[in-house]
Amino acid sequence: MHELSIALSLVDLAQEEAEKHGGRVCALHLRIGALAGVVPEALMASYEMACAATPLEGSRLVIENIPVVVYCSQCRAERELGSVQDFCCAECGTPTCQIERGRELELVAMEIEQ
Amino acid sequence: MSHEPRLVEVRKNILKQNDLNARELRRRFHEAGVFVVSLVSSPGAGKTTLLEKTLTALVSRYRVAALVGDLATENDAARLASSGAPVRQITTGTVCHLEAAMVQQGLDGWELDRLDFLFVENVGNLVCPASYDLGESLRFVAVSVTEGEDKPRKYPTIFNTADIAVITKLDLAEAVGFDSAAALASVQAVRPGMKVLQLSAKTGQGMPELIELLEAGLAAARSGVEAGVAP
Repeated sequence: MHELSIALSLVDLAQEEAEKHGGRVCALHLRIGALAGVVPEALMASYEMACAATPLEGSRLVIENIPVVVYCSQCRAERELGSVQDFCCAECGTPTCQIERGRELELVAMEIEQ
Repeated sequence: MSHEPRLVEVRKNILKQNDLNARELRRRFHEAGVFVVSLVSSPGAGKTTLLEKTLTALVSRYRVAALVGDLATENDAARLASSGAPVRQITTGTVCHLEAAMVQQGLDGWELDRLDFLFVENVGNLVCPASYDLGESLRFVAVSVTEGEDKPRKYPTIFNTADIAVITKLDLAEAVGFDSAAALASVQAVRPGMKVLQLSAKTGQGMPELIELLEAGLAAARSGVEAGVAP
């Protein structure tokens, strides 16, 4: 379980960003892809520990889960993957590993109270 | 008086610092002309034996070195040092994966331009290393025949961060009833087009192909062309 390491990196990044804006951070909005290698629930639990005794203490995580989207060269289109156990086009079945989305591990925005 | 919180856009990778460190490592490796290969697998898949045999095969003709990550003990480094190559252990304590900063620290004092190959053995773990770029040129993911044919389907994320899959302990395949076709299908299901090597570090079966691939990777990297093995 490496979500605690990720949570610590998140606290560092969020503090660095928060300093630019001032005010109190009350929520962090994240985007986590299905191939990011991060379990959102574990990250939530780790974050609570990681932000304790920092200016971020008490802030919430708002997580948007991003499904894997691949490019199908046969259909010439982006397709959402049915399952990460089966990398093929959901429409025509052509195998593909051209991943367009799904690796995100991103701090998208922060809610700040003045 | 109540103030509505305002939303401030950030749009930054949470592992930004690791990505920066990995980028810096990649730049140093490229400048020094060293081909860096990392190895991930679950504990007990045979990473250290594979690395030991690989170092032994290369050490007479190339300048090779290795960094090995483990939670505790320096046993692996001692084993690998018997190959004659310089080896350093990175003991991570409770951390279940290597990060780029640990590789940077592990390299402290080494002159990279005096190396042809640098191998980085990650902590035995098929989950956590997936999130961390180490600046390597090539990442191998190893699974042994004793682990079952469906391992790739259970860990699609790590297979999607690696360039080449290696099936190890092929000498035990018959004893454990290993179904090679099923294993290959499992790799192709999670990573269509992925190159797969099947070998036994113990008997040497399949090792020449691995060595050839590494040599080709080094030559390609030095000629400024990408290794070109990833699909």
